[in-house]
This record gives sequence, structure tokens and C-alpha cells, in this order.
Amino acid sequence: MSIREERKTEPVEEYYTWTGKARGWLLKHLPADKLLPQDQPSYVASWIYVFGMGAIVSLVFILVSGVVLSLNGPAWYHVSDFGHFVNSVHLWSVELFFMTMVVHLWGKYWMAAWRGGRTLTWITGMGAFLVSIVAAFTGYLLQTNFDSQWIAFEGKDALNASGIGAWFNVANLGQIFGFHIVLLPLAVGAVVALHVILVRMHGVVPPIDAAETDAQLSGPDRTEATR
Amino acid sequence: MHPLISYFASLDSPGVYLGWGAFQIQLGNLIVILVMILLFVLALFLPFPSGKKRP
Amino acid sequence: MSAPTMSRSDRDGLARRPWRGTVREYDLFKELTVALVVVGLVIVGLSAIFGSPDEPSVTLKSWAQAEPADFVATATAELGGTSETAGYGPPYNTTADATQTIGAFDLQSFSGVQLPIDTAKDLVITPLTTLNAPPSAALDAWNAASDTEKTDWTAAYTDALTNAPDGDPAQVVTGDYGPVPVLTDALLTMASQGALDGVLNAQQSFYNNDYTRTILFLGDGAYFGDLATAAHLTGDQWGMMNETGNTPGQSWLWLFSFWYQIEPFASAPNADLLVVLLMLVLSVLLTLVPFIPGLRDIPRWIPIHRLIWRDYYKKRAAGRG
Repeated sequence: MSIREERKTEPVEEYYTWTGKARGWLLKHLPADKLLPQDQPSYVASWIYVFGMGAIVSLVFILVSGVVLSLNGPAWYHVSDFGHFVNSVHLWSVELFFMTMVVHLWGKYWMAAWRGGRTLTWITGMGAFLVSIVAAFTGYLLQTNFDSQWIAFEGKDALNASGIGAWFNVANLGQIFGFHIVLLPLAVGAVVALHVILVRMHGVVPPIDAAETDAQLSGPDRTEATR
Repeated sequence: MHPLISYFASLDSPGVYLGWGAFQIQLGNLIVILVMILLFVLALFLPFPSGKKRP
Repeated sequence: MSAPTMSRSDRDGLARRPWRGTVREYDLFKELTVALVVVGLVIVGLSAIFGSPDEPSVTLKSWAQAEPADFVATATAELGGTSETAGYGPPYNTTADATQTIGAFDLQSFSGVQLPIDTAKDLVITPLTTLNAPPSAALDAWNAASDTEKTDWTAAYTDALTNAPDGDPAQVVTGDYGPVPVLTDALLTMASQGALDGVLNAQQSFYNNDYTRTILFLGDGAYFGDLATAAHLTGDQWGMMNETGNTPGQSWLWLFSFWYQIEPFASAPNADLLVVLLMLVLSVLLTLVPFIPGLRDIPRWIPIHRLIWRDYYKKRAAGRG
């Protein structure tokens, strides 16, 4: 108990368990004011910054409409007007997801947003894009209509030629269903979550050629900034 | 519904395809790509409302 | 230290540490809420106006009824082992030299025959044995025949069908086709009555979620491919990125589809393997752009960032002036 009391009086908390060290690491790298900020650097003032959020929100609509579709099975939308509308919402949220994600990607490329230790943020963003393409492909296979029949027939060749088709069989609806409603959404969700956490950890990349002497850097902590 | 919209919205209407030699694109896909480019250009040029500045 | 003499790592240092300059108010949750409303309205609006396509699927039944001659020709090819599926190689069968390779690099063979399909047995003979009144004499004759006899019969019947008006089996000249005409005609009847779809899909069981055999059988005929061509869905029509009608499809596959349209890919026997590997390399390159000199410097050379951060650069110029 005396140790505890001593700890309390210490200015810096000591982490001596895995859990504690993890907490310490998180508190250091992702403090609450970084995770849920109330302000952003003044250079974050362009419409190009809204497309990441657009993609996340589109993903929310994909997930919600996808859950409704999966609750009723892949053949439901053929026979139900409401089901067909939910299917339309699912399709159009996917289209908007890719549109906003691609504009976001273009913007981040031209900002060279990987600077200053943000390479993993770029890589996870690309990961989200590539995994989403696979997820969308399996969705097209689940349409259970002429389009999905043909995509299964046509798509098998590229997969077979690369040796994947034996285990990822596009004509096996049960297999594709599992991939589309469980594995790939989890993968997309995980990569996007990691991407967003990394964005919050590192903050928004400063303008190219921003320099210490810029007046806009003369904030209250200017003295610290110059080291 | 506007007849043009109903034409393109109709599931029965055959797709419109535009092509230049080996390049061939379905109208729906072309519109999606053009809209993306338009959004990108608008995002670059449209003035962003100035937020409240804090010291 | 003044800005112009700064090395890149120094500038990166500024990007690396938390921003200590001027800030503007930013409300993450408000942006999230506004985005949910705006994007939600756009999605619901697009869905209400344009809906989504749902071109009905084709069945072996609809094929047999619409194009009986094509169906019989395809069934003959399945019997004789001359169909596309029969000669596909892994993962369906062991046909020699059928795989797509680059030199000795042969991923298709490496995967092995994981989804074995014997086209004569699985697509024709076994389904016929499930009939209430199977063509027993023809089935017995087929099962008792040597491989050479089977090949000769199917080859002769294929030629005869090709020469018959409209490929009509009823107008084939007499010849030595063995039991083949009886078998294919029985399969046609079975298919046009709708029984073959169920038998092929169910594979002697109640439940099934695997449509591999039916899809491959459909694809071996001309009917399925003709429908796809009419809907602009085939590979040489940029088909992978297209959806039926005017609804946008997987436009993000444009580059993947593009390679199939140009040489050397368009006429390469191993086009699929080449395109997959090329797209893999390009995807890795784009993912690793931050590490690739040249590619990572283009944003400096083409200063689109001057537009994005124009306020910042303007204020800086004013501050210096």
C-alpha cells in the first residue's frame, strides 16, 4: 500500500505490465485531444479534405444496407420491392464509396501526404482501396442474376491462371457469400479503422515546403518549435 | 419523371456505349469517371468557408 | 536556419512533429453528421431514380428451349471431351499444356486439380441415369465403348451437326454416331423440361450452393456468350467493368480491363496471367509510392498543392513581404 501511495505522488505514471505499457503507448501517441480534436491547423482549409469523410460515410451506408440484405438472403431482392430498393442503396453507396475514395486518393497524392512519417497511413489507405475492390467483386458475384453468372464465368480465368481459383471459386455461391458478408467486410473495416487512427495519430500533413520561419507557425508555442 | 431520366433509369433499355478504337466505355461508367474528375476540380477551386480562428 | 537552405529531412521534421502554428476550429462529429445527411440524401435519391439492374439469370432450361441446336452441339462436345471445360486444365482436369504459364512459371498447375470435372460423366452420363426412364441401351453402349470409339462417334456427330441446316439434330445425315444422338437428345429433353438444372446443381443432394458445373456447361455453349456479347460484358469489350444496361459497373477495374484490349495482351494465350501479374506489380508500386524516387516527387514538380493550400502560401507571401 505504501508503494501505491508513493506511485500516486509521482508526477509521471510508471507502466510495469503489458496492459499498462499499452495504455502508456496509446496515451502518448493517441491522446484524447488528438483522437477527438476541436481544431485543426489553419492550412486544413480546402474542399479536398471532405472526401475521406465522404468515403467513411458511404461505407456506413454500405454496411447498413448490406446487413439488411444479408438478413434476408441473396435472393430476397428479386422478389421484394423493398428488397430491391435496399439493393439499390447498397449499389449506389458502393459507387459513391469508390468515387469519394478515389478523389481522396488523388488529393492525398498531390499533397504528397505520406511525408513526415505518414507512409503507413498511405499504405493502409491503398490497402483499403485494394481490399474494397475484392469485396465489391464478390458482391457482383452475389447478385444471383445474369450479370453475376457471367462475371463468375468470365472472372474464373484470371483467378485460375494465377492459381487462386482452386480455393477462391467464383461459381461457388456459398463460399463467395461467406467472403462477401463476413471476411471481406471485416478486412475493409479493420484496414479503414487503422487508417483513420493513423490519420489522427499523425495529424494532417503540413503544406509542401512549409518552413519554420512561416508566420503561420508563430503560434503560442513558437519558442518550443524552434527547439 | 423526365423522359431522358426514365430512359436511362429503365432496366430494359440497352446500354449506351461510346468507343474510340480499342477504347470503349459504357455511358454509366463514363459519367461516374467524369463526376469524379469534376468533384476533384471543384474541390481544388471552390473557396472553402473560413472557419473560426483560435489563437 | 532559413527556409531555402533547408534539406528535405529538415522540412520533413516540420511535418513530423505536432503542428504548433495557427489553428482553426474543427468539429469532427459535426462533419460526420453533415456527411451522413448529405451522402445519405444522394444515395437515397440515386436509388429512387435509377434503382439497380436485375437481368434475370439464364438456366439450362432456357438455353435448351431457346437454342436446342447449340445445346446439343455443346452436349456432344462435353461427351467427346472437346469442350472448353474439358480442355481447361487445373483446377478442373489434367489436360496437358492447357495452363497459362510464363516460361516454367505455372501457378495454374501448382494449384492442382481441386475441382475435378469429367465433362462426359458429370455433365451428361450421370444426370441421364437419374431419369425415371433413362436411355438405358444408349448408356450401356456408351459405358461399354472404348475411348477411341467414343472419340470417333462424337467427332463424327459434331461434324454432322455442323453440316446440318441450322445445326438441327433432326436434319443430320445418317452415320456412325453410336449412342451419341440418343444421349444428347435425352439430355436436351431433360434440360428443356427443367430437370437438368436441378440435377446438376444438387449433385445428388438436397442442398447446394455450388454452381461451378452449371456455369461451366453454360459457358461451353454459344448461347451464354452471345447474351453476354449483346450486353457488352465480354473481356474484349471491357466487360469486367460493365454492368447490364446503363447502370455504372465496376469502373475501378478500368485498368485491369484496359490491358485486355491492347497488344501484346489481347492475343496472348497467357493474357490472364500477364494481366494479373502486371496489376499486382502496379498495385504494389502505387502502395509503395512514398519510397519510390521520381513517383513521390511528381507532386512537387506539378504544383497542384499550390491550389489546395493557396491560403497558406498567400499568407506566407504576405508575411514575408
